[in-house]
Amino acid sequence: MPADTSITSQLNSLRTGPDERGHFGVHGGRFVAETLMPLMLELEQAYNETRTDPQFQEELDYYLRHYVGRPSPLWHARRLSETLGGAQIYLKREELNHTGSHKLNNVMGQILLARRMGKTRIVAETGAGQHGVATATVCALFGLDCEIYMGATDVERQKPNVFRMHLLGAKVHPVTAGAGTLKDAMNEAMRDWVANVENTYFLVGTVAGPHPYPAMVRDFQSIIGTEAREQIQEQTGRLPDAVVAAIGGGSNAMGIFHPFLDDADVPLYGVEAAGLGLDSGKTAASIARGRPGVLHGNRTYLLQDEHGQITEAHSISAGLDYPGIGPEHSWLKDIGRVNYVSATDDQALEAFQTLTRLEGIIPALESAHAVAHAIVLAPTMTKDQTIIVNLSGRGDKDVPTVAAHLGVKL
Amino acid sequence: MSRIKAYFDRLKEEGRGALLPYLEAFDPDRETSLALLRQMPEAGADLIEVGVPFSDPSADGPTIQLAARRGLKAGATLKGTLELIQDFRKENDHTPIILMGYYNPIDSYGAERFCKDARSAGVDGLIVVDLPPEESEELAPHARAEGLDMITLTAPTTPDDRLKTILRKASGFVYHVSITGITGTRSATEEQLKAAMTRLRTATDLPVVAGFGISTPEQARTASRISDGAVVASAIIKEMAATYDEHGHATARSIPTALEKIRSLAKAVRE
Repeated sequence: MPADTSITSQLNSLRTGPDERGHFGVHGGRFVAETLMPLMLELEQAYNETRTDPQFQEELDYYLRHYVGRPSPLWHARRLSETLGGAQIYLKREELNHTGSHKLNNVMGQILLARRMGKTRIVAETGAGQHGVATATVCALFGLDCEIYMGATDVERQKPNVFRMHLLGAKVHPVTAGAGTLKDAMNEAMRDWVANVENTYFLVGTVAGPHPYPAMVRDFQSIIGTEAREQIQEQTGRLPDAVVAAIGGGSNAMGIFHPFLDDADVPLYGVEAAGLGLDSGKTAASIARGRPGVLHGNRTYLLQDEHGQITEAHSISAGLDYPGIGPEHSWLKDIGRVNYVSATDDQALEAFQTLTRLEGIIPALESAHAVAHAIVLAPTMTKDQTIIVNLSGRGDKDVPTVAAHLGVKL
Repeated sequence: MSRIKAYFDRLKEEGRGALLPYLEAFDPDRETSLALLRQMPEAGADLIEVGVPFSDPSADGPTIQLAARRGLKAGATLKGTLELIQDFRKENDHTPIILMGYYNPIDSYGAERFCKDARSAGVDGLIVVDLPPEESEELAPHARAEGLDMITLTAPTTPDDRLKTILRKASGFVYHVSITGITGTRSATEEQLKAAMTRLRTATDLPVVAGFGISTPEQARTASRISDGAVVASAIIKEMAATYDEHGHATARSIPTALEKIRSLAKAVRE
């Protein structure tokens, strides 16, 4: 479909954000200490220069094709669809990317940018370890120093990924502050960056943080939605009737949603991790149970107490265990373009097993939340309708966690 | 005239720089922090920074992170911190109090209501670490309306043209973060600080204080001579925290230890 570039359509587009100061509606922005502020401005300028540079795009395309393994397939999950008896489910197979998740799309883009900026040392935060592994991978590829901050709790529950990062030559710092999860790792990575600004690039893994990170990470992840939008039309002759993606910080969801934002007839579902239940006090559903506030450089929906102290998130999935969400999601919630729903730990575990048995695909626990919502949604739709589920990562890393929950000793 | 301006004017006449010790509210409990706050001026504190504990102090090093955690455990809130200052003001009307913290608790409290309550509690200035001038429009007008100084932070990474822009709206004094890093870790050299002050003096006529990494009396003396004041935070907290018992509770040695540290710093800036 040719791009409509008329002024009216641009004015009506939901894809033009953020504004020049990084705001999506009231969300986003650049809430950082002065030490970091000049860096954010420098990064924004560098990113603006590269995004319009055809040579950069060519270089990125080369690595995405030959190293990451793109495009990723769109798989018609027939047995799953038949079993549910409703809409046809298509899986966007991001778990087939090198390193096993969508994370490498963004990491590849940012590492090329960091190299252009002359940075020699990379720091990153990680939750489940997927972003850490992706970052350690490209650092190995380009010979850059790599320091990964990971909550001590996550280090414990994601041991295979920690060892992978070691093998790739990265230094993994377990963070013991707070509950030892993603938010604490994010704080510590920011502290490292502020202390080493001259040679260091902070490679943020999700669509959160100060501007320009939310926009930049979204742009690098949008390849998911761009491909999926073409693939579904090739396979079915039309646009899908729903797109479903799991949300922690929200990068895989933003990546698949963004190219569909102006397709007003395509409902979009972002699935938050409800943990033990939305009202259990043990949840990671920032939109369902949070309110807007300021953390990690942006204004967005946050889990917080009445005094503005950030509360701990809970999810069986380390990658969704974050008390915030990307600011563009918060805006999309406010304007009602995306439906934000949730799935509990138990629903995700169930979906994990269902998909594995019916399609021979072991999903990451993060992605299992999206599958769980598709399991709820599909039976309410007709057999000639379609749902695209973003299968953002593979589940090998979660096998020990799932075994433990099922009472199996490995 | 504001307490902050009056105080710096007097120091200028005396020909010396200021000592700005920092105290984390409710560390390790409300009574101890109030008692310490009350005795700080007599020990030689010129202006006092009161830290508002926050769950995610991303610009702070381990010492202040732990202090914030103890404060939160003891029930610290932004409202509770304002009440602490209100109690302090019952006995002291001249020592300027600067509230230092992160934006989310203020945002949650409501910027306008917060500025009103801070003013009536006796707060003189605000340092909001993660609220750069680009984002400060939601707080600054309310602060101005209540006569609260919004203290502008500068850093070694701030370019000259940006210095001029951000200092145009500054009031009270300027807080120069003298290192690229977090609180209580490394220190700036004398040369680095001198170079920074040369840049700052051309951009502002306000007093400039230096902070981050100042821990010894010698460092405080040097910093207060090159600039207009030295902020000492982690070093005081660290020595005080070493006196806590195994449960993190204050002991009879806690307040005297903190005061002793402040006295040694105060003596150095007065030599």
